[in-house]
Amino acid sequence: MFSAVASVLSGIGHRVIDSLWRFGASIRFFFYVLIYSGESFRRLHLTIREIYFTGVLSLIIILVSAFFVGMVLALQGYNTLQRYGSSEAIGVLVALSLVRELGPVVTALLFAGRAGTAITAEIGLMRATEQLSAMEMMAVSPVARVVAPRFWAGVFSMPLLAALFSMVGVLGGYLVAVPLIGVDAGAFWSQMQASVDFREDIVNGVIKSVVFGVACTMIALFEGFDAPPTAEGVSRATTRTVVNSSLAVLGLDFVMTSFMIVA
Amino acid sequence: MERTTIDLWVGVFVAAGAAALFGLALKVGNFNSATLGETYSVTGAFENVGSLKPRAPVKSAGVVVGRVDNIKFDPESYEALVTVKVDKRYPFPKDTFANIYTAGLLGEQYIGLEAGGDDKMLQDGDKFSKTQDAVVLEKMIGQFLYSKASESGDDKSNDIKEAE
Amino acid sequence: MSDNIVEIDNLSFGYKTRLLHKGINMQFPRGKVVAIMGGSGSGKTTLLRLIGGQLKPSGGEVRVAGQVVHKQDRKGLQKLRRKMGMLFQQGALFTDLSVYENVAFPIREHTDLPESMIRDLVMMKLNAVGLRGARDLKATELSGGMARRVALARAVALDPAIIMYDEPFAGLDPISMAVICNLIRKLNDALGATSIIVTHDVQEVFAFADYVYFVADGVVAAEGAPEDLRKSELPFVHQFVHGEVDGPVPFHYRAPDYRQDILRSANV
Repeated sequence: MFSAVASVLSGIGHRVIDSLWRFGASIRFFFYVLIYSGESFRRLHLTIREIYFTGVLSLIIILVSAFFVGMVLALQGYNTLQRYGSSEAIGVLVALSLVRELGPVVTALLFAGRAGTAITAEIGLMRATEQLSAMEMMAVSPVARVVAPRFWAGVFSMPLLAALFSMVGVLGGYLVAVPLIGVDAGAFWSQMQASVDFREDIVNGVIKSVVFGVACTMIALFEGFDAPPTAEGVSRATTRTVVNSSLAVLGLDFVMTSFMIVA
Repeated sequence: MERTTIDLWVGVFVAAGAAALFGLALKVGNFNSATLGETYSVTGAFENVGSLKPRAPVKSAGVVVGRVDNIKFDPESYEALVTVKVDKRYPFPKDTFANIYTAGLLGEQYIGLEAGGDDKMLQDGDKFSKTQDAVVLEKMIGQFLYSKASESGDDKSNDIKEAE
Repeated sequence: MSDNIVEIDNLSFGYKTRLLHKGINMQFPRGKVVAIMGGSGSGKTTLLRLIGGQLKPSGGEVRVAGQVVHKQDRKGLQKLRRKMGMLFQQGALFTDLSVYENVAFPIREHTDLPESMIRDLVMMKLNAVGLRGARDLKATELSGGMARRVALARAVALDPAIIMYDEPFAGLDPISMAVICNLIRKLNDALGATSIIVTHDVQEVFAFADYVYFVADGVVAAEGAPEDLRKSELPFVHQFVHGEVDGPVPFHYRAPDYRQDILRSANV
């Protein structure tokens, strides 16, 4: 009985120590990447290539999701707002939800699923097939050549994707609200412009998406770099990328939102 | 994939992303009204600013002419010092009246300027000579309830007398 | 300066409780092809990583061109690695690049040569391994033997002084194997390099190596020229060279007595 409790407790302890260790290792990895970042700017085509793989290839899923999210927001918003006779405020509702929260957050979640897993799997396989070791033996740092360009590409792509998400979402909302429901187009835009503040809403949204970009890309890279060099190891690392990125995005979102609202 | 194709697609992506950011700033947000041209700042003292915040609009005749720059507490007069920045294109007379209004019943608060008749105009760093505080809704409701309660209290004592 | 380009001096590696290497001494003279042999799991590949500075020894040292590998800073290590080329077990070609770009990779990374010169160099190296015609293929479209040859061309792209081979014959058909054997010897002599081959394929290596080390239980169990080893009466070498099932290296992994083991499981 006692030994069973002890083994459960030591199991918990082991997991806590393990995850703390991994957290510390990922922070160290982060600084390592920053130190080795020079090359990703000196040889910009390396980074541009990765922007293609992380940013451009994520476009379709981001744009389609944004369009539907915007339309659903408008439908739901109208359903509630018309009870209070303020259905023109639909534009405000759609725009604020998108710019402040849904744009950055949903983009980051989709990014983790689309680009993050691809990054983890690619780097995990490069490690498993000794491509990273080979690079090291050729006196080329894999962090500088492989990791850093992907990191900066992710950090750069995320705010652009989030902005596109918000913009396309607003257009989707407009299509439902104005032609479909019949809200006045002028009221839709003017109310929106009156309540969406450039500094407090749009800039804060961009700040959020940059932070999410750092977090998601970093997690994907670390998991890939750290993956055990087996098929099972890589597949687990990919799963961890999605789970950890999603949790990180939602947690960071809460922390940042609370600071932004207080400030 | 050919490098030029990648470059092209990345170019398209970056341009679209930048366009979306500008679109958000100009079409969705109030970026164009948030940026004033050259401004001059004027300070006003209020006993109560309610929930007025920095960057709240300053309106005259319903048109935005400036923004609240900062709000400070003056420990000597125990008043709030509100500095507003007004667009240089709109000069106001020295005796302009600064009020704190509420948009709608529960909306956000803003400063309304009512032009006076003075010949001299407000200069950078001047003070509003006449201000009016924010209407605090709780106070109004409190006063209203208090007066109602005292009225009905009188009625009740009458009722009791009649019953006897 | 001694005539040995790589020297391994009383090297040990592993964790306190379980040492993989317990005091290994080896010398690799310039211009020779030296093989390191041993059973699976005897730490042969680890030796290559220790030479390349990817791992740090727990004791002793590895000297490359007279310099202690694990005492180098990042720059020094990079300099030493520029002298080395390594062929990995599965080739380790960059899967997102073509054959041409794979071979050009080290040249692009370490030199500022114009594109026309890079092209000449790459063509030369690809021609040496007989795959000039495959330059536009993707790395993923190659067979195992071809991938190994491209990786070899990449390993020698910058004319290294030391070429290391990690199991170059594993999983190849006899023809590809003969091709690789031939290439190792030819490239070694053409470049005046030193080759270090880690393998357990006795017959192939004995045919062309100059010197052979046997590693077992973390130490050098035997060493010598191939013809001497073939005649060796050391039980381990004899078992290995002739591929016998049982001998000093037992068939069974350490286990309790078979009879007792079975009786115990019957009682459970």
